Amino acid sequence: MYKNLISNKTKIITWQVLILLMIILAWQFFSRSNHVAFFIGEPLIVFQRLVNWLIIEKDVYWHLGITLLETCLAFSIGTLAGTFCGLFLGLSPIFSAIFDPYIKALNSMPRVILAPIFSVWFGLGMWSKVALAITLVFFVVFFNVYQGIKEVSPSILANAKMLGAGRKQLIRTVYLPSATSWVFSSLHTSIGLAFVGAVVGEYLGSAAGVGYLILQAEGSFDINTVIAGIILLTTCALLLDSIVGIIEKKLMVWRPQTSGLEKL
Amino acid sequence: MNATYVLSLQDIQCSFVSSETKSEYIAIDKVCLDLHSGEFVSIVGPTGCGKSTILNVAAGLISPSKGKVIVFGEELRSINRHAGYMFQTNTLMPWRSAKDNIMLGLEYHNLSKDKRGHIANEWLRKVGLGDFGDRFPHQLSGGMQKRVALAQTLALDPDIIFMDEPFSALDVQTRQLMENELLQLCQASSTQKGKSVLFITHDLDEAIAMSDRVIVMSAGPASHPIGNFEIDLPKPRDVAEIKSNPRFQEYYKQIWDVLRSEVMKSYSNQMKTLTHV
Repeated sequence: MYKNLISNKTKIITWQVLILLMIILAWQFFSRSNHVAFFIGEPLIVFQRLVNWLIIEKDVYWHLGITLLETCLAFSIGTLAGTFCGLFLGLSPIFSAIFDPYIKALNSMPRVILAPIFSVWFGLGMWSKVALAITLVFFVVFFNVYQGIKEVSPSILANAKMLGAGRKQLIRTVYLPSATSWVFSSLHTSIGLAFVGAVVGEYLGSAAGVGYLILQAEGSFDINTVIAGIILLTTCALLLDSIVGIIEKKLMVWRPQTSGLEKL
Repeated sequence: MNATYVLSLQDIQCSFVSSETKSEYIAIDKVCLDLHSGEFVSIVGPTGCGKSTILNVAAGLISPSKGKVIVFGEELRSINRHAGYMFQTNTLMPWRSAKDNIMLGLEYHNLSKDKRGHIANEWLRKVGLGDFGDRFPHQLSGGMQKRVALAQTLALDPDIIFMDEPFSALDVQTRQLMENELLQLCQASSTQKGKSVLFITHDLDEAIAMSDRVIVMSAGPASHPIGNFEIDLPKPRDVAEIKSNPRFQEYYKQIWDVLRSEVMKSYSNQMKTLTHV
């Protein structure tokens, strides 16, 4: 059984690598024609650009740092604010009833459209991007926490009350921990959205960041640089997501493992 | 009013408004019930007779529409601070280890960390889970989880214990073990006075084997006690052995005679609602 699992895994990885190679080969093949290469770029040049950025000139780190800083700021501020508001509204039915239409309206609004307003408010620097990304992150976390509060097990709640919990103790020992598990399930989505917010913000007007690099390259029809930027962004997004995954695994030890391998 | 009662329900009525039909449903009506100090009382009755409602009223989790609850001579107005409550469903916090779960109530009562740990370790040992303190609930079997819940309730040393079919989800063998352990933990000893227990079950065997007194409820709606049987069997008991006692059989027959007609009524009521739907 265990052996089967391992051989399955190697099989899957082999196929994944093969597919990647086939895509690159096909890409290389089609880009031999200059007309087509204008639209889809060339793998070798894209690779060169990446090497140039990362190893030779090392000028991309500054931009990448800006984008990541924006992402992390938006992620932490948005998550904290979302958790706080979710807790507050989840615990007070009256406030949640009053604010319900406003929250629905804000959530259904296409929030990317706020970017120009944020540029006016916060200037073309980092903070307008952070603000845009926060609006994306906030609602995901908010709704998850709100739902988490609503779905606290009534018997755990009654039990805690019988054991003598006051209101503050209920929040600390029942509501917060059960909301935390919901927050964690939303973190994967929200780190991605924070990144999207930061890049889109840069793309719509900025002086630094990977979004800015891509915008510059598009202005001069430099499709290879655009694709290199996209590859860089994708790699970073994957990295961020796996960092969240590691933190989640560390903090959520109490959650039953679905794999069954760790069971006694 | 008698001062020896630790708990006294006086003419309790409890009604609920159904959200679908907007009609009022009277779950229990004219319920009078007294619990002596150190007494083990079981409540049996057909499904849906409001057994849990009685416990929730006595625990102060819901307030009755009529009547009052007297606990140690005082009228109950909020949560019953003299009582521990063991629920039918799983109430352990999945994010806390067994030991942390047992310490929960002690934490609410602001005991020092050392004291909490000391009491929790002692209870882990008493319920036979000495080596399992750092396991999370999902790593424990159903019986072990119930042991933790029992320790959690008893760690606060309550005078009154409410139990709502606590062992109904366990297999027969584990259940008998748990029943015997519960009797042992609740009986008077040199270090503690006996606990007063109000125990809900649908299992007549369990009720007779464990109790000093069995109360039979009528079928709902407006259900109320219709039988009160003193069980005068020797103590301490072993729940498996006591069943072969001839007096046990007599009690069983007496109580079942009363209970049977109520069970039939409840069943036909259910059939009626089903055919209406």
